[in-house]
Amino acid sequence: MEFAELIKTPRADNVVLHRPFHPAVEGTLCLTGHHLIFSSRRHDNAEELWLLHSNIDSIEKRFVGSLGTIVIKCKDLRIIQLDIPGMEECLNIASSIEALSTLDSVTLMYPFFYRPMFEVLEDGWSSFLLEQEFEHLSSVTNEWRLSCVNKEFSVCPSYPPVVIVPKSIDDEALRRVALFRYGGRFPVLSYYHKKNGMAMLRSSQPLTGTNGRRCKEDEKLINSTLRSGRRGFVIDTRPLNVAQQARAKGGGFEQEVHYPQWRRIHKYIERFHILQESFIKLVEACNDQSHNMDRWLSKLEASNWLTHIKELLTAACLAAQCIDREGASVLVHGSEGTDSTLQVTSLAQIILDPRCRTIRGFEALVVREWLQAGHPFQQRCAQSAYSNSKQKWEAPVFLLFLECVWQIHRQFPCSFEFNEHFLILLFEHAYASQFGTFLGNNESERAKLKLPQKTMSLWSWVNRPEELSRFQNPLYEANSLVIWPSVAPQSLQLWEGIFLRWNRPSRFLEEAEEERINIIKYNKELQAKVNVLRRQLAEMETDGEVQEEE
Amino acid sequence: CSHVLSLLQVENVKLLDRYASRKAASGTLYLTATHLIYVDASAEVRKETWILHHHISSVEKLPLTTAGYPLLIHCKNFHVAHFVIGQERDCHDVFTSLLKLSQPVKHEELYAFSYNPKMSKESREMGWKLIDLKLDYQRMGIPNDSWEITDINKDYEVCSTYPPEIVVPRAATKAMVMGSSRFRSRGRIPVLSYLYKENNAALCRCSQPLAGFSARCLEDEQMLQAIREANPGCPFMYVVDTRPKLNAMANRAAGKGYENEDNYENIRFKFIGIENIHVMRSSLQKLLEVCEMKSPSMSDFLTGLENSGWLRHIKAVMDAGVFLAKAVREERASVLVHCSDGWDRTAQVCSLASLLLDPFYRTFKGFMVLIEKEWIAMGHKFSHRCGHLDGDPKEVSPVFTQFVECVWQLMQQFPCSFEFSERFLLEIHDHVYSCQFGNFLGTCHREREELRIFEKTHSLWPFLLQRKQELRNPLYRGFTAYKELQPNTLPFSFQFWCGMYNRFDKGMHPKQSVLERLLSCLRHSVTLEDSTAQLEN
Repeated sequence: MEFAELIKTPRADNVVLHRPFHPAVEGTLCLTGHHLIFSSRRHDNAEELWLLHSNIDSIEKRFVGSLGTIVIKCKDLRIIQLDIPGMEECLNIASSIEALSTLDSVTLMYPFFYRPMFEVLEDGWSSFLLEQEFEHLSSVTNEWRLSCVNKEFSVCPSYPPVVIVPKSIDDEALRRVALFRYGGRFPVLSYYHKKNGMAMLRSSQPLTGTNGRRCKEDEKLINSTLRSGRRGFVIDTRPLNVAQQARAKGGGFEQEVHYPQWRRIHKYIERFHILQESFIKLVEACNDQSHNMDRWLSKLEASNWLTHIKELLTAACLAAQCIDREGASVLVHGSEGTDSTLQVTSLAQIILDPRCRTIRGFEALVVREWLQAGHPFQQRCAQSAYSNSKQKWEAPVFLLFLECVWQIHRQFPCSFEFNEHFLILLFEHAYASQFGTFLGNNESERAKLKLPQKTMSLWSWVNRPEELSRFQNPLYEANSLVIWPSVAPQSLQLWEGIFLRWNRPSRFLEEAEEERINIIKYNKELQAKVNVLRRQLAEMETDGEVQEEE
Repeated sequence: CSHVLSLLQVENVKLLDRYASRKAASGTLYLTATHLIYVDASAEVRKETWILHHHISSVEKLPLTTAGYPLLIHCKNFHVAHFVIGQERDCHDVFTSLLKLSQPVKHEELYAFSYNPKMSKESREMGWKLIDLKLDYQRMGIPNDSWEITDINKDYEVCSTYPPEIVVPRAATKAMVMGSSRFRSRGRIPVLSYLYKENNAALCRCSQPLAGFSARCLEDEQMLQAIREANPGCPFMYVVDTRPKLNAMANRAAGKGYENEDNYENIRFKFIGIENIHVMRSSLQKLLEVCEMKSPSMSDFLTGLENSGWLRHIKAVMDAGVFLAKAVREERASVLVHCSDGWDRTAQVCSLASLLLDPFYRTFKGFMVLIEKEWIAMGHKFSHRCGHLDGDPKEVSPVFTQFVECVWQLMQQFPCSFEFSERFLLEIHDHVYSCQFGNFLGTCHREREELRIFEKTHSLWPFLLQRKQELRNPLYRGFTAYKELQPNTLPFSFQFWCGMYNRFDKGMHPKQSVLERLLSCLRHSVTLEDSTAQLEN
């Protein structure tokens, strides 16, 4: 297909762009296959706005006489308005945007066309291999092994080709366990707690069905992570009744009789359309400036967004607590094991593992626990909060995870190497990007699409020194501690950086960030200067001594 | 605390922590003349909790539990301490002692009169001279052609709750002042609060007129005309009544009320609708109940926050401040503000507007001046509003707390525009209730003179200035960086102030403090600068 066919009016002049907190500007609008480009050549400062079509969540058009207005609502929650003279031009442009922002085929997406203008120092597609992670693990324990049982994606289509499993379980056993777990998602290692050797596993629900099927290999697999005589915890992210009902559809949960060494805890985490509705309601509340205080607070409450945040953090704390405080191994799953399960396991690692609080460590976590673990990004992030289509597989699961990280970051502002912008960046790229990283729903799909060969990785770009510096937290001081966040409502806040980003001026907050950077920078420079002077002084003294000796 | 004389000592007392699940501390409780002191014996490091008797707002005995006799103490700085005492007799003794100690009857019993920081008489007197309001008027260019400082109230004949010296239009004759004084509730005539030098628009304040349904006062009308004419750049002036219209109308029946636009030349009259002290008191009560809930859900909390109305009231005060600042700055109009008596809502909005207009008030010294000028000198009844003495509970209201919170909300929006940090606000808020210093005692200047505050007590300000390093805002960009502040007052711009209302629930706060980190960085830089200087020599 040629994009040109979809673009009947590639260019319109005298278009007026309206954005909150910016004066309206007049300029030229151009449509290309992947971008909407607005440029104003007024005055000396030419201004350009580039918007990826894939970033557009919904568009509305209306007319007053022959002046058309298009309101564009983006997946990053920004809203812009374009006034376009001429009814035909406006209609053409609107229908082009509509078509180009909802392309069916992944291979037509921008990442397949994007040609980077930067030098690739490190190919992000091979920056975070599970083999490296395993090497790191092998230096502290030999109880685990890398298994290639899934190398053709035949055992579990949503798992990566290699996974880490207990050493004592062979591939044949894994194949059997896979048949006993929904979607073939057998328990694999998510995190190993060096401090006490406890493990966090994740999987999908067991297929016990109504007649209480069991699988000896499954029992053996998870039992092999227990210390003799110690119990483990199964954290099921569904409420008990949902887990019970799942049996009728062939699913189920670990029953006490067959898993006597495991204590099951049901910690309910909301799913799918409930989250999507909550997201939509919250964004609606944030965008409506006509609210009085009572209405705002009641809308904020009714959106339930912060409730989901609190529940999620509570579940993650629970998992972390079982591992670090109780000294127990943990298995986390819900139904499919691709959403709430990953939220819990990845957040627990943020709490427990200082490595995950570094930039590279966090990238590795996102790769390992989200991309390779088979969170279906393409389905979940197809639409954002402005979409009218109520597809049941869209949900801000990843955004909730990022926000929880932000909440912990807020409570431990010196414990993270990255800053808030880094989290916002990941949110943006998960929904629309020039990079291939978040395309596809799992590794199998990515392999079929040949993403590593045909598209650029986000990590290739972001890990270059000049980009990285924008995402560094000046206050960072590495600490090896477990960081326990407070989940009291008073401790949790609306993530302004995402939800109010386009609704309030940011100048004063940016200036504060600049000040913070300057204070730390000045301190470091002084320290360096003092060190140099001390060294020079020491050299002079020894020189002096030498001379005296002569 | 062995050096402090103890009136009562009780062993085997537990202090419960509402949020930490760990075992309750166990230790000894002491009562001294000024403080309740709890020493945690179970902790590895000796841990002390000090509660000033004046800070205690209520003491309750709760039903017996298996652990012993619980005693719940609520403080005015929002500290909540839950003790459990082993013996009933001990519990009762502590209870009755605290009731007596926390509710002094006479001013002389207040801490300020016994507080002795071992300071020379000269330094003490210097301390009281630290803040000179005349200098602030000078800064505004007063006296000038239009405004003068007069001592017409030196014998409190104009108004018993105003200071001896007030700023009025030069054109206001003595007859006008005296006439207006008879027509204004409690004689609180229109006086200048702040003059915006750039355009001569003035912010003035007073109490409600005794207008009833039809009364007029020529002198009062002339007074307003004099204020309006002192600002020749604008043909009209605003008269702002900060009360809800209904309340103001109800006051008319009592012979009070508001200005009739027909009687005053070229005024634009406007209601702003900030609720009265009783509504505010009950709103705070509701807010505190929400803050004290045991493990509330998010919904419980947000619903409770909404139902308390607290942030709605904070927004109303902020909106009013913004309106005044805008009228002065953008419309170049003078504004006369009042509520009923002109010492609560009026103080809030005038001080807030000044803070928005003038960066001086966002410095340490300037903020002290602002509080001295708009609150202390102009007769905000701290003694009654804070319940310093055993008195009418209906007079207590968190009017000053709301002002402090508005300043904090501004700090959230403009992190680099204040010389001081949140800690400075909390410190001032503590001392408004502590009665350790003379500044906030009594209800007005005249009463403070009668109490001989200036001879017998210390001023708070020099003590705070000494601690400037720990109270300062490391992000402050200096006096000239921001001129006027134009805050966003959409509802989402207001946050719940956990650092105030849940201040003593440490578990809820960020575990690492950006403020502390930056301050220590700055301190370190200073020593490094010294080292460089030394090494370079």
